[in-house]
Parts: sequence; structure tokens; C-alpha cells
Amino acid sequence: MQRRNFLVAASAAFLAGCSKIGDTQWFEKLVDGAENWHRGLHRALGGGRITMAPEYDRSAASPVFRGNGNQTVDSDEYRAAEAEGFANWRLSVSGLVDNPAELSMDDIRALPQRTQVTRHDCVEGWSAIGEWTGPQLSTILEAAGVQPEANFIVFRCADFFMRGSADNRRRVDYYESCDMDDAMHPQTIVAHQLNGEALPTRNGAPLRMRLERQLGYKHPKYLTGIEVVASLDDINGGKGGYWEDVAGYQWYAGI
Amino acid sequence: MNNSVKPRKRHALTTRLWHWVNALSLIILFMSGLNISNAHRRLYWGNDGFAAADAWLEVPRFPGWMTIPDYYSLSAARDWHVLFSLVFAFGLLAFMVAAFANGHLVRDIFARAREWRLANIWTDIKEHAKFNFEHGDGKYNILQKIAYASVILILLPLMIFTGMVMSPGMEAAWPWMTDVFGGRQSARSLHFIAAWLLFGFFVLHIALVLLSGPIKQIRSMVTGNEPQETTDAEA
Repeated sequence: MQRRNFLVAASAAFLAGCSKIGDTQWFEKLVDGAENWHRGLHRALGGGRITMAPEYDRSAASPVFRGNGNQTVDSDEYRAAEAEGFANWRLSVSGLVDNPAELSMDDIRALPQRTQVTRHDCVEGWSAIGEWTGPQLSTILEAAGVQPEANFIVFRCADFFMRGSADNRRRVDYYESCDMDDAMHPQTIVAHQLNGEALPTRNGAPLRMRLERQLGYKHPKYLTGIEVVASLDDINGGKGGYWEDVAGYQWYAGI
Repeated sequence: MNNSVKPRKRHALTTRLWHWVNALSLIILFMSGLNISNAHRRLYWGNDGFAAADAWLEVPRFPGWMTIPDYYSLSAARDWHVLFSLVFAFGLLAFMVAAFANGHLVRDIFARAREWRLANIWTDIKEHAKFNFEHGDGKYNILQKIAYASVILILLPLMIFTGMVMSPGMEAAWPWMTDVFGGRQSARSLHFIAAWLLFGFFVLHIALVLLSGPIKQIRSMVTGNEPQETTDAEA
């Protein structure tokens, strides 16, 4: 019995120790280091070529493509835009570019298109396969003329979450970001179609990013803007994305 | 004269170092893995799956005392998992290189042809059933060799490779690996199964250490010295 009490006490102490360590600054540094190691390995094991997410035959598409996180945008503007079939939706291209732009849905559909059947992996663990269509982000960025100081692309979104206690509710917008390597990647597209149809509301209508070498939270929905920046430090919480800011998820979600 | 001959260590330094680093890594990976499992408690075969109808197994929710951290946090659990996956994988790689170079793998872990005779295996099972763990020649008996070889050469590498398949950035580098395991969700299922098989090994391993003299076993895995009961008589 004593031995059993000892084991229970030892495991409780171990868990308490882990929680303590998990809250320290140096543990966070160590994890950031590990994240970079994983990213370095992913690129190095690609042997110098551009690594590509697997693409499937159209017949492999999941019968239903699950919607997760925000399934719509709870605002009058969005409901109005949805009612008019997103005819007046605009995608802004701004920041460190020579030619800032406001692209209409027709502008986006007029660009060269890429169609890819890929697997969407949620950080929670589930996967769904779908066929996505849209212009490559690289096409849009090349037209805008990215300036040499650019290091990251920030994706602005219409959707938001209400956070904080009942008496202190505040609106926190969804956003995401990626480095230039992922931004210029051939599979990184601004999708306006899923399985040959206009994007359903729950999957991000009318526009959603696809960053195929990363987990689902890096594929922002209800896209309103593409912003080219030198640093992520001064943007919202400074960690490069909504889930990164509010819940400590990793910025590199290729792991 | 004999004093000048240093007795060979029962466990090489690299083996002992790896054993404890690996033990810590596996405990942390297993417990943070159970926290990650709580984020989506269904397993599937093939590449995709998210609905209950697609699942082959509904996994129970693991309580806080089994998980790292001891409350539900997918992001914090992933931090532990991402960090210790590197310690675990590079630790295993280093151990394999060392164990191959110093002969440990071939000499102690690989079984000889005569050890595979059914009579030998049966004798070993009977001796284990009688809780008799003394065996003369050779460091490990056939049951130990089967257990250690399955863990070191099959289960631990399986954990690493199925883990790599689940990482989309890694998969883009080596997409063929996903097909080897029959798809991403298959790899996730195998990762889960192998984790519990390793837990089974852990329980058996601890039980046998406790039954066969825990103090001397732990001492020899720390100092590397042969557990000698006759040392006093020889002096």
C-alpha cells in the first residue's frame, strides 16, 4: 500500500512539474527551437526540390467536406454580401507592394486557375479530401510587385470570435500568415471553388486560402485581404495568427 | 593480477544513457499523445475521415491524471509532443548506431538459430511462469530477445514513421511514406495502436524488473555493473 501511495504521489509530482515547466519562458524557447528543427528537416529531407502535398484523383474526394471553427460570419455586412452572391466582395492586396490592388471576384476568376485535389488535415486529427480551384497566390503577388523587404504574407479575414468574460466581450478577428516560401509555393492558391462549385459558406465563401503543406488552421476562410509585411511582431498578438495568439498554437503548422 | 582486468560492463554507457532518455521521452510522448487524442476521439482507416460513421474505433476520453498537461490543451500537448519527438527519434537513431557498432544488437538482441527451437522457447515460457529468471549463458533469453527486438526494431521505428506521415510538411517531402501505411488516417490509427502496445511492454517490463530484484536491476542500468551476488565471497 505504501508503494502504491508513493507511485500516486510521484506521478502527481511529475505532472505538476510538467505543468510548471510548460509555463516557463525557456520551455517556450525550446519548443520554438523544436518547431524550427522540424521545419528545417521537412525542407532538407525534400532534397532541394519544392516539396509538394500529395494530390488525389477527383474520385477520392470526401462525400461531405466538414466545416470547422467558424461556419459563417456573424455580421450584417457578411449576410448582405452572401445575399447578393458576393458580387461586390473585394480582396485587397496591400503592404510592401508596388501596386496595391482591390480584386473583384471576376478579377480573381479571370486569372490563370489551378485545380488541385488535396487532403485537409485538421490539428484535431481528422482529414477530408476536396478539389479546390483558384489562382495561385504567386500570380497575385507577382502582379502586385513584392518589395525586397517582404518576409511574410498576412491573410485578413471577415470572420471573428467573441472572447473574454461575459462583462468584457471583445471581438477578435481571425487572421493567419505564412513565409515567402509557402506564399510562392505552387499549391498555395486563393480558392473560390470546392468540388467544382462556388465555396459553401461553412468552408469560407467566397474566398479561402489553401496552404497545402500545413494544418487546417493555416487555411483562413472568408478572405478579405492579402498584406505583405516585413515582420509579424506588430500585427494583432504578434504570433502570426488567431490561434497562435489566443491559444499558443504553433505558427509553423507543418508538424 | 586479475585486478588489472576491468570487468566488462553489463550495459554499455550508450545503452544506459539511451535507456533513461528514451524512458523519459516515451512517458512524455505517451501522456501528451493521450491529450492530443482527446481532441478528436475517433480513428479511421485510409486517407480521410471525420464522421462517426467512418470510424473503426471510438476512443475513450483520457482523464487529466493520464495526460500532459494535466488539463485539456491541444496546443500545449503538441508543444511537448513536438519537442520530445525529436529527442526520441534522434535518441533511437544514436542508440541504433552505437548498438550496432559495439555489437550489442548482434550479440545480445538478435537470436541464434538454436534459440528459435520450439523446445527452447517452451522451456523459457515454463521458467518465466515459475518466476525463475536465472539463465546461464547469454545476457538475454529468447523471450527477452523477442520482446526487446520487437520494441527496438519494430514498434519504436513505427511510432516515428507513422508520426512523420501525420506531419503535412514532412509528408510533402516523402509522400511515398503515406502510401506505405495506407493513408494518413491509417498511419494515425497505427500510431495509436503501437502506442498502446508500447504501454503493454512498459507494464510487462516494470513487472519483470520488480519480480527479478528491482534494486540490482536499476543499479546495473545506472552504473552498468554486473549484478554480482557473489562479490563478497570472492573477496
